[in-house]
Amino acid sequence: MLDVLAMIEVSWLAFVSSAMILCFAFLVGRRFSVQLPDQRIAVSQPNENGAYLAMWTVAPTLLLFALYFMFGEPLVRFLLASDLPTGFERLTSVERQQYVDRAGQALGLETIPSGADPIFHAVVDRYRALRGLAKGTVLCLSLFLSGSMFLYQLRKLSGGVRARAQVEGGIRLLLLLCAAIAIATTIGIVMSLFYESLRFFAVTPVTEFLFGTRWNAQTGSEFGALPLFFGTVMIAIIAICVAAPIGLFVAIYLAEYAGHRTRAIVKPALEVLAGIPTVVYGFFALIIVAPAVRAVALRMNDMLMALPFIDEPVLAAQPTNALAAGLVMGLMIIPYVSSLSDDVISAVPQRLRDGAYAMGATPSEAIKDIVLPTAFPGIAAALLLAISRAIGETMIVVMAAGQRAQFSLDPTSDLTTITAQIVSLLVGDSAFDSQRTLSAFALGLVLFLVTLFFNLIALRVVGRYRVRYE
Amino acid sequence: MSDQPSVSPKVSCKGVDVFYGDQQVIHNVSMDIADRAVTAFIGPSGCGKSTFLRCINRMNDTIEGARVEGLVEIDGENVNAQGIDPVTIRSRVGMVFQKPNPFPKSIYDNVAYGPRIHGLVRDQMDLDEIVERSLVRAGLWDEVSDRLDSPGTSLSSGQQQRLCIARAIAVGPEIILMDEPCSALDPIATARIEALIDDLRQRFCIVVITHSMQQAARVSQTTAFFHDGRLIEHGETEMIFTNPADTRTQDYITGRFG
Repeated sequence: MLDVLAMIEVSWLAFVSSAMILCFAFLVGRRFSVQLPDQRIAVSQPNENGAYLAMWTVAPTLLLFALYFMFGEPLVRFLLASDLPTGFERLTSVERQQYVDRAGQALGLETIPSGADPIFHAVVDRYRALRGLAKGTVLCLSLFLSGSMFLYQLRKLSGGVRARAQVEGGIRLLLLLCAAIAIATTIGIVMSLFYESLRFFAVTPVTEFLFGTRWNAQTGSEFGALPLFFGTVMIAIIAICVAAPIGLFVAIYLAEYAGHRTRAIVKPALEVLAGIPTVVYGFFALIIVAPAVRAVALRMNDMLMALPFIDEPVLAAQPTNALAAGLVMGLMIIPYVSSLSDDVISAVPQRLRDGAYAMGATPSEAIKDIVLPTAFPGIAAALLLAISRAIGETMIVVMAAGQRAQFSLDPTSDLTTITAQIVSLLVGDSAFDSQRTLSAFALGLVLFLVTLFFNLIALRVVGRYRVRYE
Repeated sequence: MSDQPSVSPKVSCKGVDVFYGDQQVIHNVSMDIADRAVTAFIGPSGCGKSTFLRCINRMNDTIEGARVEGLVEIDGENVNAQGIDPVTIRSRVGMVFQKPNPFPKSIYDNVAYGPRIHGLVRDQMDLDEIVERSLVRAGLWDEVSDRLDSPGTSLSSGQQQRLCIARAIAVGPEIILMDEPCSALDPIATARIEALIDDLRQRFCIVVITHSMQQAARVSQTTAFFHDGRLIEHGETEMIFTNPADTRTQDYITGRFG
């Protein structure tokens, strides 16, 4: 029985038992209150009584399983390690810990690897038994506590407790928890980035990383990331040169000129554009745009070389190139620019437009002189968000920009970016603590800080804008 | 209806209907508006007085689905005729709105906006002169002459409304339409605007929409009462307020509805 319990995933156990308790308590609470004989002015509705009972009844179970998630497995290991068979005393605590680790791994397998000695078998069995015991204890304890809580709250319910107000409190707590999870996850990611980056910078100096001009992480150990920064900026600039005018004009058209029938077609179409997976864009860049760019570049080279004073190719015309990646990335972020700009342009008060029209301005004059200057902070924020999206974009550059870390202002040469390098550093097998892998974390940290910076500015700008027009 | 102005009217409307989509909001309104006088439009909210006002400078063009039928003439010229550019109409007919709406520009640029887009000035001196003259006429010059570069939105709302009036008169219009110009202002600012309207009457044809009976009585010479998209009564202000012909007018001005 306990052995079976030991093999059931604890999250399943927690989910099933709390779901059952929740349903049971809710139904009972509902029915119970419906049958309440003297319902005066309803302090609470039946559903609220049900929710009240369910909420309180499930709370001990959830709490206990949360404790098990945090402390259960370490406790089992601690017990096992301190209670190993005779002959283990001479091992250091680290060695004992490793032994327990191996036993834990064996526990997950169908059969214990051959060649294992009987003592190992015994330890694995003991591990299983301890784990089963721990889970069984949690399960029994939770049933007992939830049951007691159930009876206690049932009595309070019949005493006319204000279930409605308490359910409201419960909902607030739930919402708060969800918000806390999102924030805690972000903090966790940032901390791990920082931690691994510190390990990287313990070997490679920060200055060398930030200002070094040679990047050769795959084979050598040159970690000067400047060419990567250059490539990232170059491709982002190409992208924003495509996306800013087109996105802005789309937004102006949608907000100021389009009738609502056109709008009803164009807006969803743009949202589809935003929903295309980036790998599809990457594919498009690699298969169609990059060869086209190359063909044009080759043609231009021929034309230029026909001139008397040029006798070698001017453009690199690589099969994968920065221009292709930048152009397609620009297409990809058009919806980011247009959708946000559309919102801020539409938010410009109609009375300003009316004022301009009443002065005899034409629509384009009203837009140029009044609407765009008013909406400018919001549009700038939209562009900043689009830029930070472009900087963080990965698949398109991985597929279409190339792999060479170099400085080249020629858009038809191949470049690589921060994101593309992170991918190629982490793909495939390599020791996790090698300098090569750690450099990916350092790059990730830079990426995170830069996009954070852009987003913060954008948010501040949007915030200031909002204050002005409310 | 009884009292027609003796000289030829500035604005003359005959059988004006306005539709929003399929819904008719103005029914067969005919009226003449005198030059160098203030005409007040009164009536309950939603009675169509704003919509009718916007027929005069073709502002209904900017509303999707709005359609104007009938004849609206300024100095005998049909504003809805083929080949008439609404932009030129609007340079002849200034408009002031319910909420002050200065552009997000400096005080100077707000007033200079109209002359600039219509190419009314040859050089900076000209423009400076127009800006000063407009601000003086709007009674704002003394308060802002030392800070023409600060944004128009930095003024108080009463000052902003006078800035909007200065902006409207800077292009030298013949008619000024005011759509509840004082409804967002406190009594002191309102009194200043009313004095200004009285002053401007010497040069312009002015139409004021107002919800305040007292204001209509104070500033206007002619009053038109609208109800349910129809012009109920139109005549000398004194007559309307002392001896209205229609019971609905009577009920409205005595506060029995609306």
